[in-house]
Amino acid sequence: MESLLTFPKGGVHPPEAKELTADLPVEEMVVSAELEIILGQHIGAPCTPTVLLKDHVAEGAMIGEVVKGLGVPLHAPAAGTIKSFGMSAHPMRVSAPSITIKTDPDAFPRQYEKSDWQPLSAEELLKKVHGAGIVGVGGAGFPTHVKLNPPPNNPVDTLILNGAECEPYITADYRQMLEAGAEIVEGAKIILKILGIKKCLIGIENNKPEAIKRMTAAAAAAATTEYQISVQTLQVKYPQGSEKQLIQTLTGRKVPAFALPSAVGVVVHNVSTTKAIYDAIVLGKPLYEKIVTISGKGIKRPANLRVKVGTRISDIVDYLGGVTPELSKIIMGGPMMGFAVSSLDIPVTKTTSSILFLSEEEIDTSPHSQCIRCGWCLEACPMGLEPKEIAIHVEAGRPEGTGQFGVFECFECGCCAYVCPAKRPLVQFIRLAKMKAKH
Amino acid sequence: MLRGLWKVSVSPHVRSNESVEKIMWTVVACLVPPLVLSVFIFGIQTLIITVVSVISCVAVEAISQKCLGRKITVRDGSAVITGMLIAFVIPPGVNYLLPVLGAVMAIYIGKHLLGGIGYNIFNPALLARAFMVATFPVAMTSAWLPPLQDMAIFSYLGTPLDAITTATPLALIKEQGMAAFTAQYGAAPNFYTDFFLGWRPGCIGETSGLLIVLGGLYLLYRGYITWHIPVSVIGSVALLSWAFGGETLFSGDPILAVLSGGILLGAFFMANDYVTCPTNKKGQLIYGIGIGVLTVLIRLKGGYPEGICYAILLMNPVSSVFDNWFKPQRFAPPLPLQGGEK
Ligand code: SF4
Ligand code: SF4
Repeated sequence: MESLLTFPKGGVHPPEAKELTADLPVEEMVVSAELEIILGQHIGAPCTPTVLLKDHVAEGAMIGEVVKGLGVPLHAPAAGTIKSFGMSAHPMRVSAPSITIKTDPDAFPRQYEKSDWQPLSAEELLKKVHGAGIVGVGGAGFPTHVKLNPPPNNPVDTLILNGAECEPYITADYRQMLEAGAEIVEGAKIILKILGIKKCLIGIENNKPEAIKRMTAAAAAAATTEYQISVQTLQVKYPQGSEKQLIQTLTGRKVPAFALPSAVGVVVHNVSTTKAIYDAIVLGKPLYEKIVTISGKGIKRPANLRVKVGTRISDIVDYLGGVTPELSKIIMGGPMMGFAVSSLDIPVTKTTSSILFLSEEEIDTSPHSQCIRCGWCLEACPMGLEPKEIAIHVEAGRPEGTGQFGVFECFECGCCAYVCPAKRPLVQFIRLAKMKAKH
Repeated sequence: MLRGLWKVSVSPHVRSNESVEKIMWTVVACLVPPLVLSVFIFGIQTLIITVVSVISCVAVEAISQKCLGRKITVRDGSAVITGMLIAFVIPPGVNYLLPVLGAVMAIYIGKHLLGGIGYNIFNPALLARAFMVATFPVAMTSAWLPPLQDMAIFSYLGTPLDAITTATPLALIKEQGMAAFTAQYGAAPNFYTDFFLGWRPGCIGETSGLLIVLGGLYLLYRGYITWHIPVSVIGSVALLSWAFGGETLFSGDPILAVLSGGILLGAFFMANDYVTCPTNKKGQLIYGIGIGVLTVLIRLKGGYPEGICYAILLMNPVSSVFDNWFKPQRFAPPLPLQGGEK
């Protein structure tokens, strides 16, 4: 058996639980009567609305623009009228300013035509990516055009497409790779052109053999001397899809703490973000839809749904026939890093990749006890941090002293808390330490 | 409506199915076979002593936690382990009340007064043993029983318990020399099998090397322990005993050194007690070597024939020092220019 690529230190292997939705083709959800579009969709500055109350907007029309700072514009996910400007429920920030659109039930979905991107220059392509409002659709939502424009003092030589999708349950990227492999590869070529480099590695975990097959075929079909695009099979290990771990796995390079991947000559994009780049450049379609995996034993009908940004969770639940009596917890994102939500009013954003409706048996709610110093969390941490020490210091009321244990290098992957036999809420302690230690 | 019906808590929302209870009860299970064999070797009183010890530990744990206003956690199995280990390191011929005393020392003083599970600096069972040796030296160093002949346990039942004193192999060598040892057990390697199976005088749970090793290997297989401490302890004891344990350099018997006394029990079930050993693998290796060195030193130069108990107790408080010396390797340090930037 070939040895599979992975990062050397730490990581865990939670139950994959992808079978609920892996074989379900992406399904178009009907447009909800109302869409709540949060103005701050991602890291960086929130948008300022460019529309007025009662304005009629067409699908894909710009409705918000960044005035100051790092950000990308917002587009209307569907045709309709601007109903209100208000506050929306938000999984992380409790509430956030938003625009509500009353959609037009009679509007036809807008059609987009393919166009040839080859004649465009790197600058023109970059501008289009920005104009289409693209952010990293998998994680924190870093504006994509910024990643595509690395600082000139860090020459980039490798593009990595992240198809690892290492969080349990989520199959959105997987479906995207099966259904839009050629488009993703085309998107990769666009990125290579923007970056002015040749080499692209597509990392996919070994538990997605079908995706590996399709992507390999798509890469082969697109092969030219100009671009070297290849698929790399990765070992199934969480957090294989974390940027730093993925870069180390595929190139052996280590991104220093607090630095960007470009510091080691790499740019990483998620496969679905790459598809969004294709849509923006080839079709001229801005980013206002998301493929979202809806899964778990708490929902009547699990699915991979194409939903409009701004669709409320409640509309999704209604569309899928409601929840089951077993429902115990709702999570936006994966079970390792996602946020538990308290309200069904929360709308989907550009970075939502899954909404999980988990039953009691799928989650863990056991009470925690004192640390028994087993050291498992130290072994599990892919960053080489000391979660047990951070937690003990926070418990003892000394969060300021936790910098030495690497609290700011923690990206909250949750491996440490996953393995802890005493069920200590280590990530919670770490978040507290981060908040307290900063001020 | 649905609102508020579900739980909201921080990630990760899934957890591995390991737990403190599962680990502890697995360790208990691994200690059962050596106990059973011990009953066959020394008779039913080893079982009685063990049961008394376990019940005392659990009771003392519950009472201590109640008095100190802590949550009562006797179900996690850690007190049961301590109880078994206390019994395992006392001679089979002692008075049944001795383990009760040991339990108070181990659980109340050694564990709860020092902060409860996770905070105790010393391995509670070994602390109890050291205490019992200090307070009842005669019982703790002479109440040995010879192994019963031919499964004599059944004929033994009901006979009054007289401590039939007999020296342990290590004491024999120490006090009367190698010649006396050879006279009783024969020359190597004839006694290796007997020693490995446990057919020799010794503490209740120490003698059945085979079953202790099997239990330890099972814990390794489950991932509850790693090889670092057992290998470094056993390896260094063997190496040093071979080098310095004989009349001349490199003439000692490393196999005898490892099979006698409580080396195997210590290496697999005591030195690697999570709470009192270093958490870092490099630290664990040095820690294990430290235990090995001290054990051989005490055996050769100290007053007691047995050394591992004190060696572990001496190394226990150094654990946190090792954890400070050997930090996990960070993924990558910040770039010099951007150092400290958040
Ligand atoms: S300390 Fe942070 S980076 Fe390390 S395992 Fe825990 S959550 Fe992940
Ligand atoms: S895994 Fe949990 S119990 Fe073990 S050392 Fe880390 S915090 Fe302590």
